[in-house]
Amino acid sequence: MTATTTPAPARAGTPDRRDRVRTPLPRPRRRHSVDRPRRSVTLTLLSSLVVLYTLLPLAWLVVSATKTQPDLLGSPGLWFSGRFALWDNITQTLSYDHHVFLRWLLNTLLYVVLGAGGATLLAVLAGYGLAKFDFRGKKAVFAVVIGAVAVPATALAVPTFLMFSKMGLTNTPWAVIIPSLVSPFGLYLMWVFSAEAVPAELLEAARVDGSGEVRTFFRIALPLLAPGIVTVLLFTVVATWNNYFLPLIMIKDPNWYPLTLGLNAWNDQAATAGGQPVFNLVITGSLLTIVPLVAAFLLLQRYWQSGLAAGSVKE
Amino acid sequence: MTVAAPPAPPGRSGRARFARVRRDWTGLGFAAPFLAVFALVFLAPIAYSVYLSLFQDRLIGGTTFVGIANYRQAVDDPQFWDGLGRVGLFLAVQVPVMLGIALLVALALDSGRLYGRDFFRITVFLPYAVPAVVATLMWGFLYGTRFGLVADLDRSFGITLPDPLSPHLILGSIGNIVTWEFIGYNMLIFYSALRVIPSSLYEAAAIDGAGQWRIVAAIKLPAIRGAVVIATVFSIIGSFQLFNEPSILRPLVPDSVTTSYTPNLYTYSLAFSGRQEDYAATVAIVMGVVTMVVAYAFQLRGMRKEA
Repeated sequence: MTATTTPAPARAGTPDRRDRVRTPLPRPRRRHSVDRPRRSVTLTLLSSLVVLYTLLPLAWLVVSATKTQPDLLGSPGLWFSGRFALWDNITQTLSYDHHVFLRWLLNTLLYVVLGAGGATLLAVLAGYGLAKFDFRGKKAVFAVVIGAVAVPATALAVPTFLMFSKMGLTNTPWAVIIPSLVSPFGLYLMWVFSAEAVPAELLEAARVDGSGEVRTFFRIALPLLAPGIVTVLLFTVVATWNNYFLPLIMIKDPNWYPLTLGLNAWNDQAATAGGQPVFNLVITGSLLTIVPLVAAFLLLQRYWQSGLAAGSVKE
Repeated sequence: MTVAAPPAPPGRSGRARFARVRRDWTGLGFAAPFLAVFALVFLAPIAYSVYLSLFQDRLIGGTTFVGIANYRQAVDDPQFWDGLGRVGLFLAVQVPVMLGIALLVALALDSGRLYGRDFFRITVFLPYAVPAVVATLMWGFLYGTRFGLVADLDRSFGITLPDPLSPHLILGSIGNIVTWEFIGYNMLIFYSALRVIPSSLYEAAAIDGAGQWRIVAAIKLPAIRGAVVIATVFSIIGSFQLFNEPSILRPLVPDSVTTSYTPNLYTYSLAFSGRQEDYAATVAIVMGVVTMVVAYAFQLRGMRKEA
């Protein structure tokens, strides 16, 4: 419902930039031009406040992961204290309760590979099909899929749970994987991206050369779609890796928990009177849970930022 | 995955009519796998939900058709309205604060006047990669008055700060967690939209003698109105669905977060603790309709102003 109503300011930049080259620029009155304004210390300091706010809990997490359980309770949170116990904590986290953390990690990886991988594949195929071909009911498909974004997860969760439980799927990995396969946002992004990145003439040329549609898609369209695919993959990976609500409903057996549910179970155990206080494990486990995603975002930023920028062109 | 796509006839693109028919099936073939799963996990549950909402499971007589009785019950249910009022308040306060900060950061980044712009952009976005569970656990620890940041501050300065997890402050504390999680994401939406504004507009404005603030008000903000509307719609939907943060905090502070704290938490409790699936489905549908109406109304308003 969003993209159809907004006018597209797409590609407005290209002709303007060409004009700029042809017409000589008026001499800038100040030393710093519009393109390269003077850096501002005040603005940098103000923005640093937001960065501090962002980093505060993360810094606390890193510092706390280096502390033993007694030090955790007895020393100020934002500075190191006592013995440097990070490696001990990691070993303990991984081995606690018969290496259940590793089991949760493997479950999460399973859900991510099949769920996010599958969601990306479906979104890419469908986005390409919708952007590059005409068929009856295409507009209806778009309206329904984008409208689905507004449906609350719980409105779906309860009936999905009941349906899956009748099919005998609850408490199995499929209950988490199958609903993860649909990413309306991914479809929207791939739709916009395919429309921009794959020229129709190229597809037509391939057809004239006798290339089948499937072959054309894999040989010609797919490489052009790469930045968009990385973006969708990253966002579906984050959504699956961080998913809490869906497994909470679907999975009762701790052996099929993803990391998020497992950490929450440890925290509940630590918070319950009489339960074994394993706050150091909750904290170290949390750190281990976020490190892979943070690393992925940092390493792949060139890709997802260009992909998102392309998506925003049509917003 | 592409079974539905018939083989393309070799080199006959000249016959437009046949090409047209062929493409009809090809496009649908590419979309088919997505649509099949979509029907299973979106359309079927919604239909099933509506079906369930028309029945009641009674001790005597089993499952009986009750028409709109469940909806009547929801309309008169104080727990539902209580939760709805709470997420409404949350929406009214948290969303403007979060989007306001995100917009300021995006404008600061886009102005090119920051030292270390890339560092700012990536750092502010980082929380998006942190699961709600971990974010809530971290802030839950920081909020702690026994140990945690609040306790540290109390001890260092010899003061007693109000307990962020007490019943009258917890909504704000949850708002802070959600704000922390999503400032970066929204900032990125705004920033991406700002980047595609042609720089010739700024040059023209500079020649006319417009200052930075004038450029922001007259060029940048109108240009990214679409992005702002979309971010707001997503935030409205997110607020109405508030579940993870209160649900994770609940075991720590059962007095502050009740089982009907938000409509989603209420639905969850009804379905999984109370075994009232029919009524849970009804509440979920009512909530879904409220969400869509508010989101759609906002979008219409936002878009009309643009014209």
